[in-house]
Amino acid sequence: MKRTNRDTETSAGRVTRRSLVLGSVQLGIAGVLGWRMQQMQVEQADQFRLLAEENRINMRLLAPARGMIFDRNGIPLAENSQNYRIVIVREDAGDVEAALEKLRQLIYIGDDEIERTLKEIARRSSFVPVTVTDQRSWDDLAAVAVNTPALPGITPDVGLTRNYPLGPDYAHVVGYVGPVSDYDLSKIDDDDPLLQIPKFQIGKTGVEQKYEHDLRGKAGAKRIEVNAAGRVMRELDRDEGVPGTDLQLTVESKLQNFTEARLALGLSAAAVVMDVQTGDLVAVGNAPTFDPNKFVRGISVSDYGDLTGNKYRPLANKAVQGAYPPGSTFKMLVSLAALESGLLSSDETIYCGGYTELGNRRFHCWKRGGHGRMNLEQSLQQSCDVFYYELAQRVGIDRIAEQARKFGIGEEFDLPMSAVTSGVMPDKAWKRERYGQEWRVGDSLNAAIGQGYVLSSPLQLAVMTARIASGTRIKPRLVKSIDGVETPVVGAEPLDLNEGHLRLIRKGMYAVSNTGRGTGYGSRIEREGFTMAGKSGTSQVRSVVVNNADVPWEERDHGLFVCYAPYDNPKYAVSVIVEHGGGGSSAAAPVARDIMLFALHGELPPLESYPSNDRGKIEELFAGLDLRSDFRPSENRRSRV
Amino acid sequence: MSYLENNLKRVPTGLSKVLYLNWPLFLLLCAVACAGFLMLYSVAGGSIDRWAEPQMERFAVGCAAMFLIAMVPIWFWRNMAGLAYLTSLALLVGVEVAGTVGMGAQRWIDLGFMRLQPSELMKIALVMILAAYYDWLDVKKVSNPIWVIPPLILIALPTLLVLKQPDLGTALLLIMGGGAVMFCAGVSWWYWGIAIAGGVGTVTAVFSSRGTPWQLLKDYQYRRIDTFLDPASDPLGSGYHITQSKIALGSGGWTGRGFMQGTQSRLNFLPEKHTDFIFTTLAEEFGFVGAVSLLAVYIGIVVFCIVSAMQNRDRFGALVTLGIGTTFFLFFAVNMAMVMGLAPVVGVPLPLVSYGGSAMLVLMCGFGLVQSAHVHRLRSR
Repeated sequence: MKRTNRDTETSAGRVTRRSLVLGSVQLGIAGVLGWRMQQMQVEQADQFRLLAEENRINMRLLAPARGMIFDRNGIPLAENSQNYRIVIVREDAGDVEAALEKLRQLIYIGDDEIERTLKEIARRSSFVPVTVTDQRSWDDLAAVAVNTPALPGITPDVGLTRNYPLGPDYAHVVGYVGPVSDYDLSKIDDDDPLLQIPKFQIGKTGVEQKYEHDLRGKAGAKRIEVNAAGRVMRELDRDEGVPGTDLQLTVESKLQNFTEARLALGLSAAAVVMDVQTGDLVAVGNAPTFDPNKFVRGISVSDYGDLTGNKYRPLANKAVQGAYPPGSTFKMLVSLAALESGLLSSDETIYCGGYTELGNRRFHCWKRGGHGRMNLEQSLQQSCDVFYYELAQRVGIDRIAEQARKFGIGEEFDLPMSAVTSGVMPDKAWKRERYGQEWRVGDSLNAAIGQGYVLSSPLQLAVMTARIASGTRIKPRLVKSIDGVETPVVGAEPLDLNEGHLRLIRKGMYAVSNTGRGTGYGSRIEREGFTMAGKSGTSQVRSVVVNNADVPWEERDHGLFVCYAPYDNPKYAVSVIVEHGGGGSSAAAPVARDIMLFALHGELPPLESYPSNDRGKIEELFAGLDLRSDFRPSENRRSRV
Repeated sequence: MSYLENNLKRVPTGLSKVLYLNWPLFLLLCAVACAGFLMLYSVAGGSIDRWAEPQMERFAVGCAAMFLIAMVPIWFWRNMAGLAYLTSLALLVGVEVAGTVGMGAQRWIDLGFMRLQPSELMKIALVMILAAYYDWLDVKKVSNPIWVIPPLILIALPTLLVLKQPDLGTALLLIMGGGAVMFCAGVSWWYWGIAIAGGVGTVTAVFSSRGTPWQLLKDYQYRRIDTFLDPASDPLGSGYHITQSKIALGSGGWTGRGFMQGTQSRLNFLPEKHTDFIFTTLAEEFGFVGAVSLLAVYIGIVVFCIVSAMQNRDRFGALVTLGIGTTFFLFFAVNMAMVMGLAPVVGVPLPLVSYGGSAMLVLMCGFGLVQSAHVHRLRSR
């Protein structure tokens, strides 16, 4: 420390100068820092504020309530029911297995559900709620709710799910919804963000599919604040979206229920009931059927296998998808074609000797011995084939086809059901195009008795019958109103036909059902003012005529029956097919009669409507039917926004 | 009678020293610490015992240490400089050998009651030894090349050890803090010209060595530099910190979102929100006004150090004061520059605000030296 005063002063002076320099540099740097703060927090604040909002705010889609589907009386066919479920949050539960064990002491939970829950919990973040079990009863939910203090991390929760209160009755008409799949997404060109929601339910078949766009509604959204890990901190605001549009169908649930139950007595059958004046499809029945509710949650593989492996094809909507040879039910149209083209007069008779010879081929009548002389009415009444072989040769296929198409044969009706078939109404051009062959007269003969190339669905036969009964070109409709707006009745204007000719056909059909020799006499309605006019049909599956009892089910004839009633003031047209059921008059006519009577009465018909010697049998049959009695009108019909 | 003895009589003795403490400086330190408590309370989501309370306890201990050191005459500390330096150096070697791995780098020695970062200790010890060296060295020899070498070695030893940990931020702080003492001691401007040229050369070397076998920095350090140069290049990876930090800071606006209202830090978008990035939360919640105020208080502390040094005729006291002041300046300047995207993320805490024991204790000890130098300064006539 040998330092002189001068040294000290020199040193201190230098330190002072240097520290001033240092201080200036530091102040300069601090100035840069301050300038940078000003830049970021004042000049660019808005920009950063925006980025910050993007950071923390997420949009979550809210699925709108799907539109409901009602029958013509407002009974809900498809609704959104509360789905009571139990969820668990891992981080709140602590020991998950212990918590689940406690829950199991309270309500029943299957081992598979526990297993699935544990698997899902392991995959998810600790704060994500995982569904332990769903579709629980209110009692289960309440049991969990009152015990929540003892069940850490376990909470009852309510969501919405599609529900079909009438279950199997409308499986084919209304269809069902199911979780959207990648396959669905690849098929539909729709950028609706809702489809991106996992397990979002969309219509898969039937009305649910065809009216998907209206039923779905518009997505709502909520803005939520999330943290960096994606955890939801709070909800900022929400827009509920627009719920789907409600639909009202033309079907009538009691009749539909009866139709399904009555058809179920056959192995595989279908029926269509149509309002003759409005075209309303009041019932579209299929047997066997299935429970669409199983599809909503995702059907199990074994259940699905049972449905697809069943030879009676429960998944098929045979009433509109099935294309069958119409058999003798086609004869009305052939007669009309002959009458309209002037090649048959109303009182003309044709001799039936049991067969017609064409070249070296014999075309047999179903009655081997022949019918003798037949006029038009008798030919329908007794369903003489030879009469129609003769007409076919006179009229030719093209005129038959032209006439048949006026009655809906070969027409694909625009109805919101899956795979509605157009059937086949062949003509010369069709055969050339389809097979590259010329039409032969033999083809006409087959077509004249509804065999060969002619194919029609029960729906088309119902439309045909309704048009015969009403004389109008009425079109079938399934949707009565959309969002309260009535859909128009189409085709109520008269057909371009001679009314006298139509009357002749109707008379023939009357004879079928109400005269002793009529093929449908056994299934007549005796009640005054309810009398029915019909026509039976038996369409061969194999070309050789054999005794149905001797062959396996798949090779037996289809039984068909079409009818309308009341005869003098037609209200309903009914068509029934019993697949491989044998003859139309024995297999299909009784079914059609029962359905018709139910439709006319609006309830189970009184026994007085039946011929007296049938009543015992009918009473027994009705007692065996498992009919639904709980048609509740809509209680949770949504109020419109 | 020497000048020295003459002036010594004017140095206060006994308890009266308390009156001669640099009280404004202390008040500014308290102000910064309080801002720190508030922010720690805020980032803990309104919980006092998570970070704020331990931090208060440490600040209390730090204050006690500061007063204790301030009461002891500065020449005692000058004599202790060599011991402090050697101890710190030994501890730095110690962490190499027996350090605990934390945050991906060996930086701590577990003392049982607290985890000590020897590199923090070294920041003060280096300033002390350099100040002592220049106090001992004849003023005329300061720029003599022979006498420039020893301080360079004194700086290089701990810097290399810290780089090995690896802790780029502390290494830079050591070099710049040591350099500041040398600068103030009066080392010729020529050397500074050479040093700047050398620095540029080093940076070039660092970048050109990348990917070669003699790579000078660790990969993650290169990545941090990349990130600094272009944070948007990897917004979710290494650029995430700086991008999120800038968003939070910028979104504060003029007056901020309000205390406890900052969304970005609260929602965990910010990493290390209670340590290196705490300034971001402050800037988000108190806005430009709050951030600039804190900066002003920091500058106030540095200015008080410089003024105190300028009043001090004692070479050691003045140089230590300047060295500590500069180290403190470097802390907050580098930290703020880092969170504002002006400097790479090098892991330097915001002094007295960031949560962390050793940094706060060591800084308070450093300010104890500053206070001691202030109380025991040689006053001019």
